[in-house]
Amino acid sequence: MDWTIWLEWTIKSLFVIFSLLTGFAYLTLYERRALARIQVRIGPNRAGWQGLLQPVADAVKLIFKEELTPAKADKLVFFWAPIITMVPSIVIAAVIPFGPTTTLFGREIVFSVADINVGVLFLMAVASIAVYGIVLAGWSSNNKYAMLGGLRSSAQMISYELSLGLGFVTAILLGNSMNLNDIVDAQKGMWFAVVQPVGALIFMIVTLAEVNRAPFDMPEAEQELTAGYHSEYSGMKFALFFMAEYQKMIAICMIAATLFFGGYREFWFLQNTFLSVDALWTIGAWQFQAWFLGPLYLLLKVVVLLFFMIWIRATWPRIRYDRLMSFGWKVLLPLSLVMVFISAVGVLLAQEIGPGYIWLIPVVSIAVGLFATAMIDLALRRKKYASH
Amino acid sequence: MTIDQILFFILAAVAVATALGMVFSKNAVYSALFLVLNFATIAVFYLLLGAPFIAISQVTVYAGAIMVLFLFVIMLLGAESLPPGKVLRHQWIYASGLALILVGEAVYILLGRNAATGMIDRPDAFLNTVDSLREIGMALFTDYLLPFEATSILLLVAMVGAIVLTKQEKGGQK
Repeated sequence: MDWTIWLEWTIKSLFVIFSLLTGFAYLTLYERRALARIQVRIGPNRAGWQGLLQPVADAVKLIFKEELTPAKADKLVFFWAPIITMVPSIVIAAVIPFGPTTTLFGREIVFSVADINVGVLFLMAVASIAVYGIVLAGWSSNNKYAMLGGLRSSAQMISYELSLGLGFVTAILLGNSMNLNDIVDAQKGMWFAVVQPVGALIFMIVTLAEVNRAPFDMPEAEQELTAGYHSEYSGMKFALFFMAEYQKMIAICMIAATLFFGGYREFWFLQNTFLSVDALWTIGAWQFQAWFLGPLYLLLKVVVLLFFMIWIRATWPRIRYDRLMSFGWKVLLPLSLVMVFISAVGVLLAQEIGPGYIWLIPVVSIAVGLFATAMIDLALRRKKYASH
Repeated sequence: MTIDQILFFILAAVAVATALGMVFSKNAVYSALFLVLNFATIAVFYLLLGAPFIAISQVTVYAGAIMVLFLFVIMLLGAESLPPGKVLRHQWIYASGLALILVGEAVYILLGRNAATGMIDRPDAFLNTVDSLREIGMALFTDYLLPFEATSILLLVAMVGAIVLTKQEKGGQK
Protein backbone atom coordinates (compact mmCIF):
# COMPACT_ATOMS: atom_id res chain seq x y z
CA MET A 1 0.00 0.00 0.00
CA ASP A 2 0.92 3.54 -0.74
CA TRP A 3 2.33 5.52 2.20
CA THR A 4 0.06 8.49 1.45
CA ILE A 5 -2.96 6.37 2.41
CA TRP A 6 -1.42 5.76 5.83
CA LEU A 7 -0.71 9.48 6.15
CA GLU A 8 -4.29 10.33 5.20
CA TRP A 9 -5.69 7.85 7.74
CA THR A 10 -3.40 9.12 10.48
CA ILE A 11 -4.32 12.74 9.89
CA LYS A 12 -8.03 12.01 9.78
CA SER A 13 -7.92 9.86 12.93
CA LEU A 14 -5.91 12.45 14.84
CA PHE A 15 -8.32 15.16 13.71
CA VAL A 16 -11.33 13.21 14.98
CA ILE A 17 -9.69 12.24 18.28
CA PHE A 18 -8.40 15.72 19.05
CA SER A 19 -11.64 17.42 18.10
CA LEU A 20 -13.50 15.07 20.44
CA LEU A 21 -11.04 15.67 23.29
CA THR A 22 -11.05 19.44 22.86
CA GLY A 23 -14.79 19.29 22.37
CA PHE A 24 -15.13 17.48 25.69
CA ALA A 25 -13.02 20.05 27.53
CA TYR A 26 -14.96 23.00 26.21
CA LEU A 27 -18.32 21.26 26.42
CA THR A 28 -17.91 21.14 30.22
CA LEU A 29 -17.30 24.89 30.25
CA TYR A 30 -20.15 25.48 27.78
CA GLU A 31 -22.50 23.46 29.95
CA ARG A 32 -21.51 25.17 33.18
CA ARG A 33 -21.83 28.63 31.68
CA ALA A 34 -25.15 27.83 29.95
CA LEU A 35 -26.56 26.25 33.14
CA ALA A 36 -25.44 29.28 35.10
CA ARG A 37 -27.17 31.64 32.67
CA ILE A 38 -30.40 29.65 32.89
CA GLN A 39 -30.22 29.69 36.71
CA VAL A 40 -29.42 33.45 36.75
CA ARG A 41 -25.84 32.95 37.91
CA ILE A 42 -22.60 33.88 36.17
CA GLY A 43 -20.70 30.60 36.19
CA PRO A 44 -16.94 30.04 36.00
CA ASN A 45 -15.37 33.14 34.47
CA ARG A 46 -12.14 33.57 36.50
CA ALA A 47 -9.58 31.34 34.75
CA GLY A 48 -8.65 33.19 31.61
CA TRP A 49 -10.88 35.40 29.51
CA GLN A 50 -14.52 34.43 30.18
CA GLY A 51 -13.27 31.30 31.94
CA LEU A 52 -11.72 29.84 28.79
CA LEU A 53 -8.85 28.27 30.77
CA GLN A 54 -11.20 26.58 33.25
CA PRO A 55 -10.99 23.14 31.51
CA VAL A 56 -7.19 23.27 31.82
CA ALA A 57 -7.45 24.06 35.52
CA ASP A 58 -9.89 21.19 36.02
CA ALA A 59 -7.62 18.78 34.19
CA VAL A 60 -4.62 19.74 36.33
CA LYS A 61 -6.71 19.34 39.48
CA LEU A 62 -7.92 15.87 38.46
CA ILE A 63 -4.43 14.65 37.56
CA PHE A 64 -3.09 15.51 41.01
CA LYS A 65 -5.95 13.94 42.93
CA GLU A 66 -5.43 10.75 44.82
CA GLU A 67 -6.65 7.55 43.21
CA LEU A 68 -8.36 5.08 45.48
CA THR A 69 -9.12 1.44 44.79
CA PRO A 70 -11.55 -0.15 47.28
CA ALA A 71 -9.95 -3.03 49.16
CA LYS A 72 -12.62 -5.57 48.20
CA ALA A 73 -12.95 -4.39 44.61
CA ASP A 74 -12.24 -6.66 41.67
CA LYS A 75 -8.92 -4.98 40.82
CA LEU A 76 -8.60 -6.05 37.18
CA VAL A 77 -12.12 -5.14 36.10
CA PHE A 78 -12.01 -2.00 38.26
CA PHE A 79 -8.94 -0.87 36.31
CA TRP A 80 -10.34 -1.72 32.86
CA ALA A 81 -13.90 -0.41 33.28
CA PRO A 82 -13.09 3.30 32.68
CA ILE A 83 -11.07 2.37 29.62
CA ILE A 84 -13.86 0.17 28.24
CA THR A 85 -16.24 3.11 28.74
CA MET A 86 -13.90 5.58 27.09
CA VAL A 87 -12.96 3.69 23.91
CA PRO A 88 -16.42 3.29 22.32
CA SER A 89 -17.14 6.98 22.87
CA ILE A 90 -14.24 7.84 20.55
CA VAL A 91 -14.52 4.91 18.15
CA ILE A 92 -18.16 5.68 17.38
CA ALA A 93 -17.11 8.90 15.64
CA ALA A 94 -15.01 6.95 13.11
CA VAL A 95 -17.75 6.54 10.53
CA ILE A 96 -19.27 10.01 10.78
CA PRO A 97 -18.50 12.08 7.67
CA PHE A 98 -17.43 15.65 8.47
CA GLY A 99 -16.99 17.02 4.96
CA PRO A 100 -17.90 16.35 1.32
CA THR A 101 -15.78 14.03 -0.81
CA THR A 102 -13.32 16.29 -2.60
CA THR A 103 -10.08 16.32 -4.53
CA LEU A 104 -7.07 17.64 -2.63
CA PHE A 105 -3.41 17.38 -3.68
CA GLY A 106 -4.46 15.36 -6.71
CA ARG A 107 -6.26 12.62 -4.82
CA GLU A 108 -9.83 11.97 -3.81
CA ILE A 109 -10.37 12.39 -0.08
CA VAL A 110 -13.39 11.14 1.86
CA PHE A 111 -13.85 13.13 5.06
CA SER A 112 -14.51 10.31 7.48
CA VAL A 113 -12.07 7.95 9.12
CA ALA A 114 -13.83 4.87 7.76
CA ASP A 115 -16.24 5.22 4.85
CA ILE A 116 -17.90 1.81 5.18
CA ASN A 117 -21.08 0.48 3.63
CA VAL A 118 -22.53 -0.68 6.92
CA GLY A 119 -21.86 2.63 8.70
CA VAL A 120 -25.24 2.81 10.43
CA LEU A 121 -24.88 -0.74 11.71
CA PHE A 122 -21.42 0.14 13.00
CA LEU A 123 -22.97 2.96 15.05
CA MET A 124 -25.52 0.51 16.43
CA ALA A 125 -22.82 -2.02 17.31
CA VAL A 126 -20.62 0.49 19.12
CA ALA A 127 -23.59 2.00 20.94
CA SER A 128 -24.52 -1.45 22.22
CA ILE A 129 -20.93 -2.17 23.32
CA ALA A 130 -20.83 1.06 25.34
CA VAL A 131 -22.99 -0.49 28.10
CA TYR A 132 -20.19 -2.79 29.25
CA GLY A 133 -17.97 -0.16 30.84
CA ILE A 134 -20.78 1.14 33.03
CA VAL A 135 -22.03 -2.29 34.09
CA LEU A 136 -18.53 -3.52 34.88
CA ALA A 137 -17.66 -0.37 36.79
CA GLY A 138 -20.77 -0.83 38.91
CA TRP A 139 -20.06 -4.49 39.57
CA SER A 140 -16.32 -4.30 40.22
CA SER A 141 -16.61 -1.48 42.78
CA ASN A 142 -18.19 -3.94 45.24
CA ASN A 143 -20.54 -1.24 46.40
CA LYS A 144 -24.32 -1.56 46.47
CA TYR A 145 -24.95 1.96 45.17
CA ALA A 146 -22.53 1.50 42.30
CA MET A 147 -24.02 -1.90 41.51
CA LEU A 148 -27.59 -0.55 41.42
CA GLY A 149 -26.43 2.33 39.24
CA GLY A 150 -24.76 -0.04 36.80
CA LEU A 151 -27.78 -2.33 36.62
CA ARG A 152 -30.18 0.55 36.12
CA SER A 153 -28.12 1.98 33.34
CA SER A 154 -27.77 -1.34 31.54
CA ALA A 155 -31.51 -1.93 31.71
CA GLN A 156 -32.16 1.60 30.52
CA MET A 157 -29.69 1.49 27.66
CA ILE A 158 -30.90 -1.91 26.42
CA SER A 159 -34.51 -0.72 26.49
CA TYR A 160 -33.87 2.51 24.64
CA GLU A 161 -31.52 0.89 22.13
CA LEU A 162 -34.54 -0.62 20.38
CA SER A 163 -36.09 2.76 19.67
CA LEU A 164 -32.64 4.06 18.73
CA GLY A 165 -32.32 1.24 16.19
CA LEU A 166 -35.73 2.06 14.74
CA GLY A 167 -34.61 5.70 14.43
CA PHE A 168 -31.63 4.46 12.42
CA VAL A 169 -34.03 2.40 10.28
CA THR A 170 -36.05 5.53 9.49
CA ALA A 171 -32.94 7.31 8.26
CA ILE A 172 -31.84 4.25 6.26
CA LEU A 173 -35.27 4.04 4.60
CA LEU A 174 -35.31 7.70 3.66
CA GLY A 175 -31.67 7.71 2.54
CA ASN A 176 -31.92 4.34 0.78
CA SER A 177 -28.47 3.37 2.06
CA MET A 178 -26.55 2.33 5.17
CA ASN A 179 -23.57 4.43 4.18
CA LEU A 180 -23.55 7.67 6.16
CA ASN A 181 -22.09 9.64 3.25
CA ASP A 182 -25.01 8.52 1.07
CA ILE A 183 -27.48 9.41 3.83
CA VAL A 184 -26.02 12.92 4.08
CA ASP A 185 -26.06 13.30 0.29
CA ALA A 186 -29.71 12.24 0.19
CA GLN A 187 -30.49 15.24 2.45
CA LYS A 188 -29.20 17.71 -0.15
CA GLY A 189 -32.74 18.82 -1.01
CA MET A 190 -34.41 18.44 2.38
CA TRP A 191 -33.40 17.37 5.87
CA PHE A 192 -34.88 14.14 7.14
CA ALA A 193 -35.93 16.04 10.26
CA VAL A 194 -38.39 17.89 8.03
CA VAL A 195 -39.51 14.79 6.13
CA GLN A 196 -39.96 12.74 9.32
CA PRO A 197 -40.25 15.26 12.20
CA VAL A 198 -41.75 12.87 14.76
CA GLY A 199 -39.10 10.25 14.03
CA ALA A 200 -36.37 12.84 14.54
CA LEU A 201 -37.97 13.99 17.81
CA ILE A 202 -38.18 10.42 19.11
CA PHE A 203 -34.56 9.90 18.08
CA MET A 204 -33.51 12.98 20.06
CA ILE A 205 -35.37 11.79 23.17
CA VAL A 206 -33.87 8.33 22.88
CA THR A 207 -30.34 9.68 22.49
CA LEU A 208 -30.79 11.55 25.78
CA ALA A 209 -31.57 8.24 27.47
CA GLU A 210 -28.79 6.44 25.64
CA VAL A 211 -26.09 8.79 26.96
CA ASN A 212 -27.72 8.87 30.44
CA ARG A 213 -28.43 12.57 30.38
CA ALA A 214 -31.11 14.40 32.35
CA PRO A 215 -34.05 13.82 32.58
CA PHE A 216 -33.02 10.18 32.10
CA ASP A 217 -29.84 10.26 34.24
CA MET A 218 -31.01 7.35 36.39
CA PRO A 219 -27.60 5.68 36.80
CA GLU A 220 -26.31 8.64 38.76
CA ALA A 221 -29.42 9.88 40.53
CA GLU A 222 -27.63 11.61 43.41
CA GLN A 223 -30.45 11.47 45.92
CA GLU A 224 -30.89 7.71 45.57
CA LEU A 225 -27.52 6.33 44.53
CA THR A 226 -24.90 8.93 45.56
CA ALA A 227 -23.04 8.98 42.24
CA GLY A 228 -24.17 5.67 40.75
CA TYR A 229 -21.71 3.46 38.93
CA HIS A 230 -18.72 5.75 39.48
CA SER A 231 -19.20 6.28 43.23
CA GLU A 232 -15.92 4.52 44.04
CA TYR A 233 -13.83 6.12 41.33
CA SER A 234 -11.54 9.06 41.92
CA GLY A 235 -8.73 10.93 40.22
CA MET A 236 -8.05 10.23 36.56
CA LYS A 237 -10.22 7.11 36.53
CA PHE A 238 -13.20 9.27 37.43
CA ALA A 239 -12.05 11.78 34.82
CA LEU A 240 -12.22 9.04 32.17
CA PHE A 241 -15.91 8.40 32.99
CA PHE A 242 -16.54 12.11 32.90
CA MET A 243 -14.78 12.39 29.52
CA ALA A 244 -16.66 9.39 28.13
CA GLU A 245 -19.98 10.90 29.11
CA TYR A 246 -19.33 14.20 27.41
CA GLN A 247 -17.73 12.61 24.35
CA LYS A 248 -20.79 10.40 24.02
CA MET A 249 -22.91 13.55 24.10
CA ILE A 250 -20.86 15.08 21.29
CA ALA A 251 -20.81 11.85 19.28
CA ILE A 252 -24.53 11.29 19.61
CA CYS A 253 -25.19 14.88 18.56
CA MET A 254 -22.97 14.31 15.52
CA ILE A 255 -24.96 11.17 14.72
CA ALA A 256 -28.28 12.98 15.12
CA ALA A 257 -27.00 15.83 12.93
CA THR A 258 -25.81 13.35 10.29
CA LEU A 259 -28.95 11.25 10.21
CA PHE A 260 -31.63 13.90 10.49
CA PHE A 261 -30.16 17.40 10.12
CA GLY A 262 -28.13 17.15 6.95
CA GLY A 263 -24.74 16.35 8.52
CA TYR A 264 -21.95 18.42 7.04
CA ARG A 265 -24.30 19.77 4.35
CA GLU A 266 -25.48 23.37 4.27
CA PHE A 267 -29.04 24.29 5.19
CA TRP A 268 -31.21 23.03 2.34
CA PHE A 269 -32.22 26.53 1.23
CA LEU A 270 -28.55 27.48 0.70
CA GLN A 271 -28.16 24.60 -1.72
CA ASN A 272 -27.21 26.53 -4.86
CA THR A 273 -25.58 29.57 -3.27
CA PHE A 274 -21.87 30.14 -2.66
CA LEU A 275 -22.36 28.90 0.91
CA SER A 276 -22.96 25.35 -0.29
CA VAL A 277 -20.25 22.77 0.38
CA ASP A 278 -20.34 21.93 -3.34
CA ALA A 279 -19.81 25.55 -4.45
CA LEU A 280 -16.65 26.48 -6.32
CA TRP A 281 -14.96 29.54 -4.87
CA THR A 282 -12.72 31.65 -7.06
CA ILE A 283 -10.08 33.86 -5.51
CA GLY A 284 -8.03 35.45 -8.28
CA ALA A 285 -6.88 32.64 -10.55
CA TRP A 286 -7.36 30.06 -7.81
CA GLN A 287 -10.53 27.99 -7.90
CA PHE A 288 -11.46 25.47 -5.25
CA GLN A 289 -14.39 23.65 -3.76
CA ALA A 290 -15.69 25.06 -0.46
CA TRP A 291 -15.25 21.71 1.35
CA PHE A 292 -13.99 23.41 4.51
CA LEU A 293 -17.51 24.68 5.16
CA GLY A 294 -18.49 21.06 5.87
CA PRO A 295 -16.85 20.72 9.30
CA LEU A 296 -18.10 24.21 10.21
CA TYR A 297 -21.72 23.35 9.41
CA LEU A 298 -21.40 20.13 11.38
CA LEU A 299 -19.90 22.01 14.33
CA LEU A 300 -22.72 24.57 14.22
CA LYS A 301 -25.39 21.86 14.22
CA VAL A 302 -23.68 19.94 17.03
CA VAL A 303 -23.40 23.08 19.19
CA VAL A 304 -27.11 23.83 18.71
CA LEU A 305 -28.11 20.23 19.52
CA LEU A 306 -25.84 20.27 22.59
CA PHE A 307 -27.51 23.45 23.74
CA PHE A 308 -30.87 21.68 23.62
CA MET A 309 -29.43 18.89 25.79
CA ILE A 310 -28.14 21.39 28.35
CA TRP A 311 -31.38 23.34 28.24
CA ILE A 312 -33.37 20.18 28.97
CA ARG A 313 -31.03 19.34 31.86
CA ALA A 314 -31.56 22.78 33.36
CA THR A 315 -35.33 22.76 33.13
CA TRP A 316 -36.61 19.20 33.54
CA PRO A 317 -36.85 17.13 36.71
CA ARG A 318 -35.64 13.54 36.67
CA ILE A 319 -38.21 10.91 35.69
CA ARG A 320 -38.97 8.13 38.15
CA TYR A 321 -37.34 4.85 37.17
CA ASP A 322 -40.45 2.72 36.53
CA ARG A 323 -41.99 5.55 34.52
CA LEU A 324 -38.80 5.82 32.51
CA MET A 325 -39.05 2.13 31.61
CA SER A 326 -42.73 2.24 30.73
CA PHE A 327 -42.14 5.41 28.71
CA GLY A 328 -39.48 3.60 26.71
CA TRP A 329 -41.33 0.35 26.19
CA LYS A 330 -44.96 1.44 26.01
CA VAL A 331 -44.69 4.82 24.31
CA LEU A 332 -41.46 5.32 22.39
CA LEU A 333 -41.07 1.79 20.99
CA PRO A 334 -44.57 1.45 19.48
CA LEU A 335 -44.50 5.04 18.27
CA SER A 336 -41.15 4.61 16.53
CA LEU A 337 -42.39 1.35 14.95
CA VAL A 338 -45.36 3.27 13.57
CA MET A 339 -42.99 5.97 12.29
CA VAL A 340 -40.89 3.35 10.48
CA PHE A 341 -44.08 1.98 8.91
CA ILE A 342 -45.25 5.45 7.80
CA SER A 343 -41.82 6.24 6.35
CA ALA A 344 -41.69 2.94 4.48
CA VAL A 345 -45.13 3.47 2.96
CA GLY A 346 -44.27 7.06 2.04
CA VAL A 347 -41.00 6.05 0.39
CA LEU A 348 -42.77 3.30 -1.53
CA LEU A 349 -45.52 5.69 -2.73
CA ALA A 350 -42.91 8.25 -3.76
CA GLN A 351 -41.09 5.59 -5.76
CA GLU A 352 -44.15 4.08 -7.41
CA ILE A 353 -46.46 7.04 -8.03
CA GLY A 354 -44.61 10.33 -7.80
CA PRO A 355 -41.99 12.11 -5.67
CA GLY A 356 -44.66 14.45 -4.27
CA TYR A 357 -46.08 11.64 -2.18
CA ILE A 358 -43.04 11.85 0.13
CA TRP A 359 -44.88 14.75 1.85
CA LEU A 360 -47.48 12.31 3.10
CA ILE A 361 -44.84 11.21 5.65
CA PRO A 362 -44.62 14.45 7.70
CA VAL A 363 -48.40 15.06 7.51
CA VAL A 364 -49.38 11.56 8.63
CA SER A 365 -46.62 11.23 11.22
CA ILE A 366 -47.43 14.57 12.87
CA ALA A 367 -51.09 13.56 12.97
CA VAL A 368 -50.22 10.22 14.55
CA GLY A 369 -47.79 11.90 16.98
CA LEU A 370 -50.44 14.38 18.13
CA PHE A 371 -53.00 11.59 18.49
CA ALA A 372 -50.56 9.54 20.59
CA THR A 373 -49.79 12.54 22.80
CA ALA A 374 -53.49 13.16 23.32
CA MET A 375 -54.08 9.51 24.23
CA ILE A 376 -51.21 9.51 26.74
CA ASP A 377 -52.56 12.68 28.27
CA LEU A 378 -56.00 11.11 28.56
CA ALA A 379 -54.63 7.92 30.12
CA LEU A 380 -52.58 9.86 32.69
CA ARG A 381 -55.54 12.07 33.52
CA ARG A 382 -57.78 9.06 34.16
CA LYS A 383 -55.21 7.56 36.49
CA LYS A 384 -55.05 10.79 38.45
CA TYR A 385 -58.81 10.81 39.03
CA ALA A 386 -58.86 7.14 39.91
CA SER A 387 -56.34 7.56 42.71
CA HIS A 388 -58.41 10.19 44.50
CA MET B 1 2.34 -16.93 4.48
CA THR B 2 0.17 -14.00 3.46
CA ILE B 3 -0.97 -11.34 5.90
CA ASP B 4 -4.43 -12.91 5.90
CA GLN B 5 -3.06 -16.23 7.03
CA ILE B 6 -0.91 -14.71 9.77
CA LEU B 7 -3.93 -12.78 11.02
CA PHE B 8 -6.01 -15.91 10.85
CA PHE B 9 -3.65 -17.89 13.06
CA ILE B 10 -3.28 -15.10 15.62
CA LEU B 11 -7.05 -14.70 15.78
CA ALA B 12 -7.55 -18.43 15.98
CA ALA B 13 -5.20 -18.56 18.96
CA VAL B 14 -7.14 -15.73 20.64
CA ALA B 15 -10.46 -17.40 19.91
CA VAL B 16 -9.36 -20.73 21.38
CA ALA B 17 -7.76 -19.05 24.39
CA THR B 18 -10.87 -16.99 25.17
CA ALA B 19 -13.09 -20.04 24.73
CA LEU B 20 -10.95 -22.01 27.19
CA GLY B 21 -10.90 -19.03 29.55
CA MET B 22 -14.67 -18.90 29.40
CA VAL B 23 -15.01 -22.55 30.37
CA PHE B 24 -12.38 -22.58 33.11
CA SER B 25 -13.05 -19.25 34.84
CA LYS B 26 -14.21 -19.64 38.42
CA ASN B 27 -16.07 -16.36 38.28
CA ALA B 28 -19.18 -16.19 36.10
CA VAL B 29 -18.59 -12.52 35.23
CA TYR B 30 -15.12 -13.35 33.88
CA SER B 31 -16.64 -16.23 31.91
CA ALA B 32 -19.12 -13.85 30.33
CA LEU B 33 -16.36 -11.36 29.50
CA PHE B 34 -14.25 -14.09 27.88
CA LEU B 35 -17.26 -15.04 25.81
CA VAL B 36 -17.66 -11.41 24.68
CA LEU B 37 -14.00 -11.39 23.58
CA ASN B 38 -14.60 -14.65 21.76
CA PHE B 39 -17.56 -13.15 19.88
CA ALA B 40 -15.47 -10.13 18.96
CA THR B 41 -12.74 -12.40 17.55
CA ILE B 42 -15.31 -14.30 15.51
CA ALA B 43 -16.54 -10.95 14.17
CA VAL B 44 -13.01 -10.16 12.98
CA PHE B 45 -12.97 -13.57 11.24
CA TYR B 46 -16.06 -12.55 9.31
CA LEU B 47 -14.35 -9.30 8.34
CA LEU B 48 -11.35 -11.29 7.07
CA LEU B 49 -13.71 -13.42 5.00
CA GLY B 50 -15.14 -10.27 3.42
CA ALA B 51 -18.54 -10.18 5.16
CA PRO B 52 -18.79 -6.86 7.06
CA PHE B 53 -22.55 -7.08 7.49
CA ILE B 54 -22.37 -10.39 9.31
CA ALA B 55 -19.37 -9.18 11.33
CA ILE B 56 -21.17 -6.09 12.60
CA SER B 57 -24.38 -8.00 13.21
CA GLN B 58 -22.38 -10.48 15.27
CA VAL B 59 -21.08 -7.67 17.47
CA THR B 60 -24.47 -5.97 17.78
CA VAL B 61 -26.55 -9.04 18.48
CA TYR B 62 -24.25 -11.31 20.47
CA ALA B 63 -21.72 -9.03 22.16
CA GLY B 64 -24.02 -6.01 22.39
CA ALA B 65 -27.40 -7.44 23.29
CA ILE B 66 -27.28 -11.03 24.45
CA MET B 67 -24.14 -10.89 26.57
CA VAL B 68 -25.22 -7.67 28.25
CA LEU B 69 -28.39 -9.46 29.33
CA PHE B 70 -26.30 -12.40 30.56
CA LEU B 71 -24.13 -10.09 32.63
CA PHE B 72 -27.23 -8.33 33.87
CA VAL B 73 -28.76 -11.58 35.10
CA ILE B 74 -25.50 -12.81 36.65
CA MET B 75 -25.09 -9.57 38.59
CA LEU B 76 -28.75 -9.27 39.55
CA LEU B 77 -28.85 -12.77 41.00
CA GLY B 78 -25.41 -12.42 42.59
CA ALA B 79 -24.45 -15.70 40.90
CA GLU B 80 -20.81 -14.77 40.32
CA SER B 81 -19.44 -18.01 41.76
CA LEU B 82 -21.14 -21.36 42.32
CA PRO B 83 -20.88 -23.02 45.72
CA PRO B 84 -18.17 -25.71 45.60
CA GLY B 85 -18.94 -29.42 45.28
CA LYS B 86 -22.03 -29.15 43.12
CA VAL B 87 -20.60 -30.59 39.89
CA LEU B 88 -22.75 -33.24 38.21
CA ARG B 89 -20.78 -36.47 38.59
CA HIS B 90 -21.33 -38.36 35.36
CA GLN B 91 -21.47 -35.27 33.22
CA TRP B 92 -17.88 -35.35 32.02
CA ILE B 93 -18.26 -38.81 30.43
CA TYR B 94 -21.13 -37.74 28.17
CA ALA B 95 -19.48 -34.37 27.55
CA SER B 96 -16.20 -35.85 26.33
CA GLY B 97 -18.05 -38.33 24.09
CA LEU B 98 -20.03 -35.52 22.47
CA ALA B 99 -16.90 -33.39 22.14
CA LEU B 100 -15.11 -36.23 20.33
CA ILE B 101 -17.98 -36.53 17.86
CA LEU B 102 -17.91 -32.77 17.25
CA VAL B 103 -14.16 -32.73 16.65
CA GLY B 104 -14.49 -35.70 14.27
CA GLU B 105 -17.17 -33.86 12.28
CA ALA B 106 -15.06 -30.72 12.08
CA VAL B 107 -12.00 -32.62 10.87
CA TYR B 108 -14.07 -34.49 8.29
CA ILE B 109 -15.56 -31.26 6.90
CA LEU B 110 -12.21 -29.44 6.83
CA LEU B 111 -10.38 -32.30 5.09
CA GLY B 112 -13.19 -33.24 2.77
CA ARG B 113 -14.02 -29.78 1.61
CA ASN B 114 -10.72 -28.42 0.36
CA ALA B 115 -7.96 -30.97 0.73
CA ALA B 116 -5.36 -28.90 -1.11
CA THR B 117 -5.03 -25.95 1.30
CA GLY B 118 -6.91 -27.14 4.33
CA MET B 119 -8.61 -23.75 4.45
CA ILE B 120 -12.21 -23.09 3.59
CA ASP B 121 -12.91 -21.28 0.33
CA ARG B 122 -13.46 -17.57 0.57
CA PRO B 123 -16.99 -16.45 -0.14
CA ASP B 124 -17.60 -14.56 -3.34
CA ALA B 125 -16.31 -11.03 -3.62
CA PHE B 126 -19.82 -9.63 -3.98
CA LEU B 127 -20.27 -9.78 -0.23
CA ASN B 128 -18.06 -6.74 0.17
CA THR B 129 -19.91 -4.45 -2.20
CA VAL B 130 -22.76 -2.04 -1.57
CA ASP B 131 -25.15 -4.58 -3.04
CA SER B 132 -24.34 -7.23 -0.46
CA LEU B 133 -26.88 -5.66 1.93
CA ARG B 134 -29.47 -5.56 -0.83
CA GLU B 135 -28.64 -9.17 -1.71
CA ILE B 136 -29.11 -10.25 1.90
CA GLY B 137 -32.37 -8.34 2.17
CA MET B 138 -33.70 -9.73 -1.12
CA ALA B 139 -32.70 -13.28 -0.14
CA LEU B 140 -34.31 -12.94 3.30
CA PHE B 141 -37.60 -11.60 2.02
CA THR B 142 -37.97 -13.79 -1.10
CA ASP B 143 -36.22 -17.19 -1.03
CA TYR B 144 -36.03 -17.49 2.75
CA LEU B 145 -39.28 -15.75 3.67
CA LEU B 146 -40.78 -18.80 5.38
CA PRO B 147 -37.79 -19.51 7.70
CA PHE B 148 -37.56 -15.77 8.41
CA GLU B 149 -41.20 -15.51 9.42
CA ALA B 150 -41.00 -18.77 11.36
CA THR B 151 -38.05 -17.39 13.34
CA SER B 152 -39.89 -14.18 14.10
CA ILE B 153 -42.95 -16.11 15.31
CA LEU B 154 -40.68 -18.25 17.49
CA LEU B 155 -39.20 -15.12 19.07
CA LEU B 156 -42.67 -13.65 19.54
CA VAL B 157 -43.84 -16.81 21.29
CA ALA B 158 -40.80 -16.71 23.58
CA MET B 159 -41.56 -13.08 24.40
CA VAL B 160 -45.24 -13.76 25.13
CA GLY B 161 -44.15 -16.71 27.28
CA ALA B 162 -41.83 -14.53 29.33
CA ILE B 163 -44.57 -11.97 29.86
CA VAL B 164 -47.09 -14.63 30.90
CA LEU B 165 -44.63 -16.16 33.37
CA THR B 166 -43.86 -12.85 35.06
CA LYS B 167 -47.33 -11.32 34.94
CA GLN B 168 -48.89 -10.71 38.31
CA GLU B 169 -52.30 -12.19 39.02
CA LYS B 170 -55.15 -9.72 39.14
CA GLY B 171 -55.99 -8.78 42.69
CA GLY B 172 -52.59 -9.95 43.86
CA GLN B 173 -49.78 -7.74 45.05
CA LYS B 174 -49.62 -4.41 43.34
